[in-house]
Amino acid sequence: MATKIVMEALSPTMEEGRLVEWKKTEGDAVKVGDVLAEVETDKAVMELVARAAGTLLKQAVAAGTTVPVSNLVGWIGQPGEAIDGEAAAPAAPVAPTAAKAPAPAPAAPVSTAAPVPIAEGRVKASPLARKMAADKGVDLARVAGTGPEGRVVKRDVESAPVGGAAARPGFVAKQETGPAYTDTPLTQIRKTIAKRLVQSIGPIPTFYLTTEIDMERAADLREQMKAVNGDQGKISFNDLVVRAVGLSLAQHTACNAWWQDDSIRYWNEVHIGMAVAVPDGLITPVIRNADQKSLFEIGAESKVLAGKARERKLKPEEYTGSTFSISNLGMFDIEHFTAVINPPEAGILAIGSIAPVPAVVDGEVVPRKRMRVTMSCDHRVIDGATGAEFLKTLKLLLENPAALL
Amino acid sequence: MATLTYRDALNQALREEMLRDDRVFLMGEEVAQYDGAYKVSRGLLKEFGPRRVVDTPIAELGFTGIGVGAAMVGLRPIIEMMTWNFALLAIDQIVNSAAKMRYMSGGQIGMPIVFRGPGGAALQLAAQHSQAFESWYAHIPGLKVVAPATPADAKGLLKASIRDDNPVVFIEGEMLYNLKGEVPEDDHVVPIGVADIKRAGKDVTIICHSKTVGPALKAAEALAAEGIDAEVIDLRSIRPLDTETILNSVGKTNRCVVAEEGWAFAGVGAQVVDTIQREAFDSLDAPILRVTGADVPMPYNKHLERAAKVDASKIQDAAKKVLYL
Repeated sequence: MATKIVMEALSPTMEEGRLVEWKKTEGDAVKVGDVLAEVETDKAVMELVARAAGTLLKQAVAAGTTVPVSNLVGWIGQPGEAIDGEAAAPAAPVAPTAAKAPAPAPAAPVSTAAPVPIAEGRVKASPLARKMAADKGVDLARVAGTGPEGRVVKRDVESAPVGGAAARPGFVAKQETGPAYTDTPLTQIRKTIAKRLVQSIGPIPTFYLTTEIDMERAADLREQMKAVNGDQGKISFNDLVVRAVGLSLAQHTACNAWWQDDSIRYWNEVHIGMAVAVPDGLITPVIRNADQKSLFEIGAESKVLAGKARERKLKPEEYTGSTFSISNLGMFDIEHFTAVINPPEAGILAIGSIAPVPAVVDGEVVPRKRMRVTMSCDHRVIDGATGAEFLKTLKLLLENPAALL
Repeated sequence: MATLTYRDALNQALREEMLRDDRVFLMGEEVAQYDGAYKVSRGLLKEFGPRRVVDTPIAELGFTGIGVGAAMVGLRPIIEMMTWNFALLAIDQIVNSAAKMRYMSGGQIGMPIVFRGPGGAALQLAAQHSQAFESWYAHIPGLKVVAPATPADAKGLLKASIRDDNPVVFIEGEMLYNLKGEVPEDDHVVPIGVADIKRAGKDVTIICHSKTVGPALKAAEALAAEGIDAEVIDLRSIRPLDTETILNSVGKTNRCVVAEEGWAFAGVGAQVVDTIQREAFDSLDAPILRVTGADVPMPYNKHLERAAKVDASKIQDAAKKVLYL
């Protein structure tokens, strides 16, 4: 039986590839490992190599065609061998690694050794990781394995959202207990990004994302809470922001991370550093597990921590270990500013003042309370779109603050 | 509950079972006049007399054969091996007679016998006297093999072994005889074939028995200091093996280390690993690692001996490896 040649995932993020040029023509003999074609991935032009030996029976797609990963591009087999009926039809979405070695052809007159499937194309994964990936619908080929020799293990599948699995639905903070973080070795693409960007702006290649958030409803919520609970139930804008950032980070773990030179530590816990001005500088006390705490808990805790910070009474464990930071200069009437990343964290959010500005609502220009926030991102860890998605969630939460209760 | 040594817990079990059933008798080298080479049978000659506590010549094959014969005609003998190293001379009676008698007689001839004594290494007793034989006997259909790690289990399992109608190989530990622990005073019987979770945990399963239980618990403490929550399972019985407890634990932790005093090749751990890979394949997140005695005859030199033995740090290292740490 002939062996299918499929478009392989030649980069960690590749979903489709353009077959630039065939390097073998139909009828050519091929050995395992021979370059069959050049494929342009999302990042570079890579080689598609033969996973079986024999003869290139058919080029199923022409040069220049863009083919989704796992889809058929050709066939390898014995000369004259029939290709089964589905030849040109798109192949079922089998992992590229699942290409079967040809069974020894019964008619083959020469006693060449039967080609064996080669291990390089196979994703190494623990049995548990394989099962979890199947249950979750995660494509193992796209998960960076952190076990020995890149073996995909439990923790890799658990943190797979980073690698492209579906985001957790809803805004419920995750409750499952597990390791506090996952160290993911740098993938090729992250290594390249890091190297190139550090050459450009170093040592931390920072970029900035700004968005304006409508705080009318948040202000209403504050008033309502005050009306119902009096001073007991008072919450600050800062508490709302901390809670919203906590929930957003739990949702977008790619932004809740540390840069560690040879790996990225993706935190499963959310610890938010809150910059507090003190007479001779500033310090960032940490609100731990901010995604798990209520507005009131956050409010009470930040009050205590800020007080201690000003009295210089913070214990080391109260100002270390944050996974993301917030700097708020809104109370100083600063409209917009950029904050400096506190390494090894990959991001910090600068919060500007909340001020009424003219806004267009239902076609009318009306005054609305708006707040501008700017996220500084370490580009080695966070890409533009990754940061933008985080801010989108943050904006959604703060503009619909009932979700924060 | 009284605190007893492992030695006295065994003594209590012997005495209670001899009081309970007058078919039970003890036979072996030095068991009577000398109160036992390790004083396990202290006071029994005085209490039960020379018909039920019998000193033998240094002739293991002979007195083991007498025991097998006694069991065939309805008595319930306990044959003490001064150490299991000497039982090599008697292994024909254990393997070819005791283990097969019920089977080959179609159940007509019973074999309610216990072979007991210390196994494994003590300190600097050199190659011929420092061997763990659990896997040898566990290999044989027809034999039950138990190896308790604590005084309470020693008492409870010896009582269960004496009451069992099958031949039981009961392997004690010379280095355990002075170990103290709480022992229930009532008729404390621990069923054969039931493992014990000596420490519950969720991150990694450490399976051990007999003398490796202590080091495993120590390793678990050290791991706890690193934030790793290890579960320690004491097999207690090697055969029958409590696969349910093993599989439940591995199903929970996804990672497993198997420690044993004996050699790796065809050892107890090999059987445990076989069971896990077959029955819990999809639960495994890492290859199972084994911690065993070094694959050499036990060195006499004390430094080399220490290096050849299982210890807590070797178990700790293996546990971290299966956690990819």
